[in-house]
Amino acid sequence: MAQIQVDKIENDVFEVKKHGNMNVPLRIFASEKLLKKMQEDSSIQQGVNVAGMPGIQKYSIMLSDAHIGYGFSIGGVAAFDSETGCITPGGIGFDINCGVRLLTTNLTEKQVRPKLKQLLDVLFRNIPPGVGGESLFKLSDEELDDVLTNGMKWALKKGYARQKDLDHCEEKGTMPGADSRKVSPRAKSRGRKQLGTLGAGNHFLEVQTVGQIINKQAADKMGITRQGQVLVMIHTGSRGLGHQVCSDYLRRMEDTYPEIMEKLPEKDLIYAPIKSELGKDYYGAMCAAANFAWTNRQIITHQIRKSFHEVFGEFCTPEDIGMVYDVAHNIAKLEEHDVSGKMKKVYTHRKGATRAFPPGHPAIPEDYKDIGQPVMIPGSMGTASYILVGTQKAMKLTFGSSVHGAGRVMSRMKAKQEFRGEDVKQELEKRDILIKAATMKGISEEAPKVYKDVDEVVKVSHDLGISRLVAKLLPIGVVKG
Amino acid sequence: MEKRFKYLEHTADSKFQAFGKTLEEAFGNAALAMFNEIVDINTVRCDVQKSIEVIAKKKTTLLYEFLENLLYLLDTEGFLLGKILSISIKSDEVEDRSLSLNAVIAGDSASGGYEVIGAIKSVTYSDMIIDEKHEKGVMVQVLIDI
Repeated sequence: MAQIQVDKIENDVFEVKKHGNMNVPLRIFASEKLLKKMQEDSSIQQGVNVAGMPGIQKYSIMLSDAHIGYGFSIGGVAAFDSETGCITPGGIGFDINCGVRLLTTNLTEKQVRPKLKQLLDVLFRNIPPGVGGESLFKLSDEELDDVLTNGMKWALKKGYARQKDLDHCEEKGTMPGADSRKVSPRAKSRGRKQLGTLGAGNHFLEVQTVGQIINKQAADKMGITRQGQVLVMIHTGSRGLGHQVCSDYLRRMEDTYPEIMEKLPEKDLIYAPIKSELGKDYYGAMCAAANFAWTNRQIITHQIRKSFHEVFGEFCTPEDIGMVYDVAHNIAKLEEHDVSGKMKKVYTHRKGATRAFPPGHPAIPEDYKDIGQPVMIPGSMGTASYILVGTQKAMKLTFGSSVHGAGRVMSRMKAKQEFRGEDVKQELEKRDILIKAATMKGISEEAPKVYKDVDEVVKVSHDLGISRLVAKLLPIGVVKG
Repeated sequence: MEKRFKYLEHTADSKFQAFGKTLEEAFGNAALAMFNEIVDINTVRCDVQKSIEVIAKKKTTLLYEFLENLLYLLDTEGFLLGKILSISIKSDEVEDRSLSLNAVIAGDSASGGYEVIGAIKSVTYSDMIIDEKHEKGVMVQVLIDI
């Protein structure tokens, strides 16, 4: 395969010029080292393919953690005109509203260490992986529709959430435009038993400590006040329900638009015109699945509060666990962005990319108006995670988006051959990181070395200014499905 | 039916090829390859039987839907696949030439004390190949999102 010509624009910014079927150029925001990694497979070709989609604005974007995906690359961003553009499940991902939530506690590492093993066991019991199993929360048809329509508002009504949790969630935990009628009965059946479950693969729950505070003012606002403070990070999504929604609409779009299908470079890139019935239906269903994911992370939050209280008694009551923020990194949203000097409504697709809105933006919580929207970047198992805040520069360069994580570099198959789960576990224990997982094989697949260097990925975002560092977090305990 | 499949390199997810003398056999082996990512299929007791029917216009869609139906059974009933008892694919020659797949499968409930080693988000069309002129008879290639 011929290498696609990539030109350097400035430090950490590269471009593939408009050619062939491209409507706009492709911009890659990465260091030379990370760009080289992308050139090893066909991720850049995927970025070029996206540039050829109807109604795309400014440029097709790949961020520094980009790697090969279905249709879009993971780490891809594209904004489409809200009248003449399109919407595509391949630009959102199978796990609709996969995302990250960060919680604060009043505890310190010194208090948690002695009971860490017990804590992980309790968390694992209260928040099961749920693969082929059952959630502790089962919903009737009416309740499931309520969750799909109202998201975290449902959780608030049921006593699983506090108003502050909603205030500190992207979209306040409820996507406007959700339409539960557009979610198929199959998708609903798959999700019915999965609320409050983690799933497997790269999904996890991590007990972390604050390693370093870089921006004190911003950290304070988030309730992150000192080194050694214990935090909890959640990474999961909409489970089988979201996967089925994606799958259902890929099929419907494929059946409805055979003439579009024929011309596509990749089948998973199928789209519907945004103003078509099908485009509107998918958007309604996608928003409903996003609500399901937010509610899932909320139920998990409720269970974390319960678990900490169970282990630490009066030293950590449910009220002592607060919420920093919750961000979606697989989603499409109707937003306003500056396109050639004019404010314009677009459908921003972020697939493996995090929204990173600047201080003062109307869509971010009152508490963060002065500092910008919190952006949480989980590392891989056993490595650091980061909190950043959104910036004006992100609005200018990336439709208000930043990276979402480390990005894989080694296949699961190779990981299983190279690492034994037991060895990875011991290696982590030597570094004082405990792990509780459903299986050892799952641990080997997610060994730290199978991911890109999260430090470098985050550094590129900070140096470019598409988000700015606030704090570095270190893992002490991991729960994995 | 002989179990025949192999896994290929893929950075983020799982890609495999399944083989068979017939299209049916290859489809069946693809299902086993997929479930082998969730549980060691050799350990699954085959106490529960189920039947699956899928209709589609194209073979690729038929394969996608067949595999997705199995994931549906896992999510809704906790069903782990252990064996394909029978599988047939017929084309409706009279009306619209649509394809129908009927399979009888056996397996067990995930609550039966199995070591669940992974989960699957979805079947995908990415790099999907159905090669009916393969040296081994029929080869199907599938990439699943993990």
